[in-house]
Amino acid sequence: MDNNATTQVAPTVAQVMKDNIDLYGNASSMHSLGRDADAGVEWARGRVASLIGAGADEIIFTSGASESNNTVFSTMRDLVDQGSKKDRIITTTIEHPSIIEEVAFLQGRGYKVEKAPVDKKGRLVLSELEAMLDDSVILVSVMTGNNETGTIQPVAEAAALAHAHGAWMHSDATQAIGKIPVDVNVLGLDYLSMSAHKFYGPKGVGALYVRKGCPITPFVHGGHQEGGLRAGTYNTLGIIGMGEAARLAQEDIQEEHDKLWRLRERLRRGLEASIPDIVVNGDQEHCLPGTLNISFPSAEGESILLYLDMEGIEVSTGSACATGSLEPSYVLLAGGLDVELAHGSIRFSLGRFNSDEDVDTVIAKLPGIIARVRSMSTRRI
Amino acid sequence: MEKKSFVAQWVYTDTVKDHFMNPRNIWDDNEGFEPDGVGEVGSLACGDQMRVAIKVDDGRISDLRWLTYGCASAIASTSMMSEMAKGMSLEEAYHLTPAMITEALGGLPEHKFHCSVLGDKALRAAIDDYLEKKGLDNPYKASTAKIICECKGVTDVQIENLVKEGRCLTFEELSAETGCSTACGKCKGAIIEALEEFKHIYGK
Repeated sequence: MDNNATTQVAPTVAQVMKDNIDLYGNASSMHSLGRDADAGVEWARGRVASLIGAGADEIIFTSGASESNNTVFSTMRDLVDQGSKKDRIITTTIEHPSIIEEVAFLQGRGYKVEKAPVDKKGRLVLSELEAMLDDSVILVSVMTGNNETGTIQPVAEAAALAHAHGAWMHSDATQAIGKIPVDVNVLGLDYLSMSAHKFYGPKGVGALYVRKGCPITPFVHGGHQEGGLRAGTYNTLGIIGMGEAARLAQEDIQEEHDKLWRLRERLRRGLEASIPDIVVNGDQEHCLPGTLNISFPSAEGESILLYLDMEGIEVSTGSACATGSLEPSYVLLAGGLDVELAHGSIRFSLGRFNSDEDVDTVIAKLPGIIARVRSMSTRRI
Repeated sequence: MEKKSFVAQWVYTDTVKDHFMNPRNIWDDNEGFEPDGVGEVGSLACGDQMRVAIKVDDGRISDLRWLTYGCASAIASTSMMSEMAKGMSLEEAYHLTPAMITEALGGLPEHKFHCSVLGDKALRAAIDDYLEKKGLDNPYKASTAKIICECKGVTDVQIENLVKEGRCLTFEELSAETGCSTACGKCKGAIIEALEEFKHIYGK
């Protein structure tokens, strides 16, 4: 139940990849072998574009969403270096580390990057964003759905505000793709990042959507692949796998959404009924369908995670101990959650291969584990 | 060709796993354990807190119970500590170190080592508490002190007490109070390391 970390490759994705394992031609070569590989890459580009309502020529394949995110920020940095009068970037406090760390890096180099706050449910406060915006802003970047709490962000509203001030709009849609409909025109996006392995595709491949006419500077220099915008020999097999995953995601979106939400609600109701004193984190009205983040007061997250692991149940935690740092999840703290509750948080993230039985196993095992951890705790409920 | 498959070891050693799954000497409310001394270190905000309770008989730790809000390494290392400390003289118990406990556990991943530093501190706090309640001198405190700033003779125990009382929480405050790192300055890194460690332990 850790599908926000990564997902199992779908059977049809595995099949398409197996079918093409010998398609070893370099997609940049002019001969037949190369052109066959190129046909595979372009088929995949069409599928990925279609999934998010984009044109095929607006999709750049990358190594994943981290690279896509970095490419967008680095493009803006380049524009500022070139003397752009617009020189401020605004993002949020709850972005993925590939943006949070990039922000810290850019700030350290003297660039103007600011983070707009979220409310108690972890949702961007639009009025705060609006107050920060003026015509000096070059980019606004707001993730579509948060990886830890599942909270869906008001991206379309943020995009309208950004555009009113002539800023570009970017969204890291990694967690939302395949779970809720994501359309670049509905959301009003100029840039979008995604990773194949979060929606039943292979690891090491992702994409960046760049609206036609929006600036883009290569992050990886070297070759003429991707129209000279992203060098590196095509990851043919990965790209083809991503294409099939995109096809599947588009086909199954409603079914997938409904199934994940049903399982998630079954889990939430089951745990609320069987474990006293639990706190459900995030915005329950605007939530990715498969994500359930719960804090267990007086129980520490890593212990819970490892006792669940012993039962064959995989989850993740916002506890500091699980990461080797001393600070618990910045996402939960950004929403104003008590530090202890952040240490005691568990994220369940469901996927299409989870069943009612899986959910019921958690509901059967977790109460005993929480009671046990609480009985060892220095703090009594 | 034989199929290549990959299987990982568990995060921790078998000994750690055993102590995590079957922790020894947990302080059960229903047991009616009546301690002679209790010590508590850490804070919930830091993500780990430890309480150790001891019974003392004839200058030796005759029994021990503990509770923790902490991760698997904290649970396993305190469980191991509780077995090691039982039967020890107060002096021996006072000199238990995280390194001794970690070794008995067969090692911990490097980034988890800081999770194992609370058990022995809580044990020492329990011994301090016992001696204070009995109105006895505490001969161990000074003997465990280690000089960190050689020029000014500043010890870890001094730093520990200043942090514990909340009097010095930055390097600058510590330096102004004790004069540490004001001569050759060579110890600055070690001073900061000790400062941060004690800030973590005492939740400052």
